[in-house]
Amino acid sequence: MRAAMRDDLPFPRTEVGKETEAYNFAYLDEQTKRMIRRAILKAIAIPGYQVPFASREMPMPYGWGTGGVQVTAAVLGPDDVLKVIDQGSDDTTNAVSIRRFFAKTAGVATTTKTREATLIQTRHRIPEEPLRDGQILVYQVPIPEPLRFLEPRETETRKLHALADYGLMHVKLYEDIARHGHIATTYAYPVEVAGRYVMDPSPTPKFDNPKMDMCAALQLFGAGREKRIYAVPPHTRVRSLDFEDHPFRIQTFKQPCALCGAEGGYLDEVVLDDRGGRMFVCSDTDFCEERRAAGHRGAMAADGDAAGETR
Amino acid sequence: MTDLPLLSARGLTKFYGERLGCRDVTFDLHEGEVLAVVGESGSGKSTLLGLLATELAPSAGAVHYRMRDGAVRDLSELTEAERRLLLRTDWGFVRQDAREGLRMGVSAGGNVGERLMAVGARHYGNIRAAASDWLARVEIEAGRIDDTPKSFSGGMRQRLQIARNLVTHPRLVFMDEPTSGLDVSVQARLLDLIRGLVAELGLAVIIVTHDLAVARLLSHRIMVMRRGRVIETGLTDQVLDDPREAYTQLLVSSVLAA
Amino acid sequence: MTTEQPLIALDDVSKSFTLHLRGGLELAVVSDVSLAVAAGECVVLGGPSGAGKSSILKMIYGNYRADRGRILVRDGAEVVNVASAEPRRILALRRDVMGYVSQFLRVIPRVATLDIVANAARERGIGQQEAMERARRLLSLLNVPERLWQLPPSTFSGGEQQRVNIARGLAADRPVLLLDEPTASLDAKNRAVVVDLIHEKKRAGTAILGIFHDEDVREAVADRIEDVTRFASSRAA
Repeated sequence: MRAAMRDDLPFPRTEVGKETEAYNFAYLDEQTKRMIRRAILKAIAIPGYQVPFASREMPMPYGWGTGGVQVTAAVLGPDDVLKVIDQGSDDTTNAVSIRRFFAKTAGVATTTKTREATLIQTRHRIPEEPLRDGQILVYQVPIPEPLRFLEPRETETRKLHALADYGLMHVKLYEDIARHGHIATTYAYPVEVAGRYVMDPSPTPKFDNPKMDMCAALQLFGAGREKRIYAVPPHTRVRSLDFEDHPFRIQTFKQPCALCGAEGGYLDEVVLDDRGGRMFVCSDTDFCEERRAAGHRGAMAADGDAAGETR
Repeated sequence: MTDLPLLSARGLTKFYGERLGCRDVTFDLHEGEVLAVVGESGSGKSTLLGLLATELAPSAGAVHYRMRDGAVRDLSELTEAERRLLLRTDWGFVRQDAREGLRMGVSAGGNVGERLMAVGARHYGNIRAAASDWLARVEIEAGRIDDTPKSFSGGMRQRLQIARNLVTHPRLVFMDEPTSGLDVSVQARLLDLIRGLVAELGLAVIIVTHDLAVARLLSHRIMVMRRGRVIETGLTDQVLDDPREAYTQLLVSSVLAA
Repeated sequence: MTTEQPLIALDDVSKSFTLHLRGGLELAVVSDVSLAVAAGECVVLGGPSGAGKSSILKMIYGNYRADRGRILVRDGAEVVNVASAEPRRILALRRDVMGYVSQFLRVIPRVATLDIVANAARERGIGQQEAMERARRLLSLLNVPERLWQLPPSTFSGGEQQRVNIARGLAADRPVLLLDEPTASLDAKNRAVVVDLIHEKKRAGTAILGIFHDEDVREAVADRIEDVTRFASSRAA
């Protein structure tokens, strides 16, 4: 059925239900989506390069993922299966409302399962389960310019990118080591894409940086307020910047997930009470649930799924 | 000493619309030479410095520079990438306002290390060692390496600018009124330091100043500018002790014990 | 040695000052100065003060410009006309050929006395070891107390500063030495030391052109006295 709908593009609104009829498919008008797709194609052609685009007003405030939502709207097809995560979680307000937004305006199927999704919009995490060919990961980006910290002038940062003049990026890392004895940047850790452009991977933990390298999925980045789109095509080298004597390292956790017992995943700290009780659990809720469904148990997991409900 | 000049300016002219910046400036500068450009504000000396440092485009005339590989290049024909590389390897620029010459939010060590990182240094330990070496040479205590210049005095900021510029061993350094706005005692110490480093490293320097005492102390040669033109040029002590032009005589006579 | 080409030769040199700030007043200093100094020779400029003795030395050193004439200084096989030379050439002459000693000390403020003198010696390519030995010898000959050697001279008495300046001026082995009243206001003991040092320089083949206020010094060192009054211009006073 959905394949048939494709033929009706650009006006496929007939089959998505009564409520949806007030909107064009995926909310944005076709001209806008075409404009955004052109920006995306350019971004894919020049990995890591920030392509300006005419960001639209969206029915949500800046900072809530307007860039990611526009990119998703532009690439979403009727037969896509959408997953939305916020800090790894499928059920935070932000994730739920974006998922509902597209269910309502595009009528697409949604899921919380990484494996089932064809398109994943994310805020600040990359799923633990390796992505595969054909999947698209859309990042919400607040500040796309990795050099902004040291160079406030846009004209100058553009020139620095054009000349691959990235000494400044290392000044930032130098400052980290000078102040903390190690590179203390743990989020939005700058990467070099395909040996050329330096890119801000959005505020994902640096733990996720290695997943970007040679990733099978297409990675798209949208910054709504800053009006920039950039991309990492599938199977592209993504290298985290570092010093020879202070090589890039990801965070490690002393204990496994308290719920599913997973080791080597990215954990969130959950405060349990006001007496200092706390637990560390997978930030990727889908990953954690899948493991528990497969019978894995962590130290604090009650029988069944009781502990999971505290989240 | 090779006989080819390091830098030669020919007929350098700059108009800002109708207004004259400087006109028909011609001179050669050799390695190790310190040239002072003196004149009052509006005389065109800062325009000249901007033209030489490729920060301004001339209306007429050209500047040629002998690069490290020996090739003599017309500076207006450099690509942006070549120009930038030159600016932070073989050239230095010490500015009057340290806030323009430094990154105020970055530590002293980071300020000095930036040029090294810009040309590809990727070993933190080596960068830091070079930075502390240079901070010592400009008499900034080792303990201040991780402080930002915001907490530095005016004199320290200028010394930090000097370290930041010299870390890549440039052959030519532009200085725009590097000591003005500092207390007299601080000025003396800074001039001392500059003089020592210039002699030790064999730097060529083009220093713009309105202060004849600074020119006397630092420079071998002097160019006196007025209304955009060079009106008198020669050995520094010759121009200051035996000034020929009326304007130069006026300048010299208005300074106490220059 | 005196049969050789002179190290300094002035040929019809004239100098005047135009004082623009005083309505273009023309102040003639000297006219048609011609004189020569050979290696190993000490020529003293004579005449009353204001006769232009100092101006002649300053023209040779390139400190004053000459209006007319040639000022030839020999640099090895090459003869340089200071009156028309590029600033860069004059600086090279000052580094390699000509030394100038006045009675005033002008030095970098924070450098120790011993280093000031040793550095002056090193400018002419003398090694560090020998330069230090020379500096020690000159400073002790000139009776600069050893306890002062490690201090910068800015706090010294006038006489001490003057003697440091002489030590500095004589430390290097330059073929030409211009002495502008270096002994003014020195006491008899130190004047005698300077006389000895000048003789030493002469024996080493240095061409010396000097101004000495003190009769006894002049008599002791001069091979010839050139009376500057004969170069006097008709004064437009």
